[in-house]
Amino acid sequence: MIGSHYVYWLTFALMMIGLYVVISHGNLIKKLIGLSLFQVAVFLFYISLGKVDGGTAPIITEGTQTYSHPLPHVLILTAIVVGVATLAVGLALVVRLFESYGSLEEDEILRRDTTDRDGVAS
Amino acid sequence: MTAFVLVNISLFAILGATALAITRMRALYEATMLTALFSLVTGSLFVLLDAVDVAFTEAAVGVGISTVLLLGVLSLTRSREAVTPRRRRLPAALVVLFAGGALGYAAQDLPPFGSATTPVRDHPVTETYLVQSQQDMGIPNTVTSVLASYRGLDTLGELVVVFTAGVTVLLLLGPLTRRNHPVKKDLVLADYRVLRVVSGVLMPFILLFALYVLFHGDYGAGGGFQAGVIFASGFVLYGLVFGLDRVQQVLPQAVLWVLIPLGLLLFMGLGVATVLLGGSFLDYDTLRPDDTAAGQRLGILLVETAIGLTVATVMTSVFFSFTGRGASR
Repeated sequence: MIGSHYVYWLTFALMMIGLYVVISHGNLIKKLIGLSLFQVAVFLFYISLGKVDGGTAPIITEGTQTYSHPLPHVLILTAIVVGVATLAVGLALVVRLFESYGSLEEDEILRRDTTDRDGVAS
Repeated sequence: MTAFVLVNISLFAILGATALAITRMRALYEATMLTALFSLVTGSLFVLLDAVDVAFTEAAVGVGISTVLLLGVLSLTRSREAVTPRRRRLPAALVVLFAGGALGYAAQDLPPFGSATTPVRDHPVTETYLVQSQQDMGIPNTVTSVLASYRGLDTLGELVVVFTAGVTVLLLLGPLTRRNHPVKKDLVLADYRVLRVVSGVLMPFILLFALYVLFHGDYGAGGGFQAGVIFASGFVLYGLVFGLDRVQQVLPQAVLWVLIPLGLLLFMGLGVATVLLGGSFLDYDTLRPDDTAAGQRLGILLVETAIGLTVATVMTSVFFSFTGRGASR
């Protein structure tokens, strides 16, 4: 059991570290970094499902019979590029938030929001 | 086999240590550099898991572009994180323990790692991708044929997402939202002779390499996504060293704005063309009815070019938006 499933459990451990950063940290950039850690761990999990013992990269050559499955590779390859595009959107939002609030901490931004609504100058 | 397991576990150990260091670190510059290291080690793991195309992309994107973007944002904002209060840590740890436990429990039902008889392998589509593709289009790299032909519609969807993200960043940070602050002279790295000469010499080779990756994607690792990112990184390097004004003389913003939708339109237009020729959407057989394999290869090449065009221009314009913000603040 442990010998045959260790890769999955290791990817889950990495995923959970990323999730922990996203939930616990208040800094928005740190949250985005945690999100990309989580995302990379998911990619590793997908790719590990396509791996075959004794297989090679799915580029057809003479004299090779076993190839790892190309479909997870295709899905993840595009997902990586989409991931950096969405990271860019997140970072752009962070920049605009910083320009409006002068802070990157979630607590501070929420506090400024609530005090402004009550009409109290912050 | 045991060597494989050992290398795997040690790479995972490096990843785990890096991730833990990132969580504990309050200096965000350092955390960003560790994130780049994390991506690089992941790239090595992808190679071990036979995913050379994915490793290529991760190395180009995770280590290159996303690090530059994070550093750019840190230079615009604040690079020190506040202390995480204890009251936030405990609930997060509970959620993580619960979710991780559930995942680990569910993983018992997964097929053993590396097994040849998983549901993924046994599906009939495996035969199509690995054997039938050699008659259909004769392209050795099956990742390319699946990406651009068998699952072309999927890839079109992904490209639409990249396009939308690029437009969103332009709307959030682009010239339309720019404040009219006096432009401050930023530090230009071109004052350092070594950087100036080396990046000037490297520039043509980076662009040439991107074209090689684009057109060689049929035979080895590579393709439109990787080529686009590498092409953009050439302009990012030029912009970092010589400043935004110089790189925009080479590549004006107006040109970029025309090129961003052009790749997507080329992709969609090819789909419409195949419908008009009597096939289904993105069925490249209709491009050359006398020699369908040649038609497939033509279609794949056009699609990869379209992907490369949109990805390269989106990444470059995102970089321009972030650095342009810096110059105007």
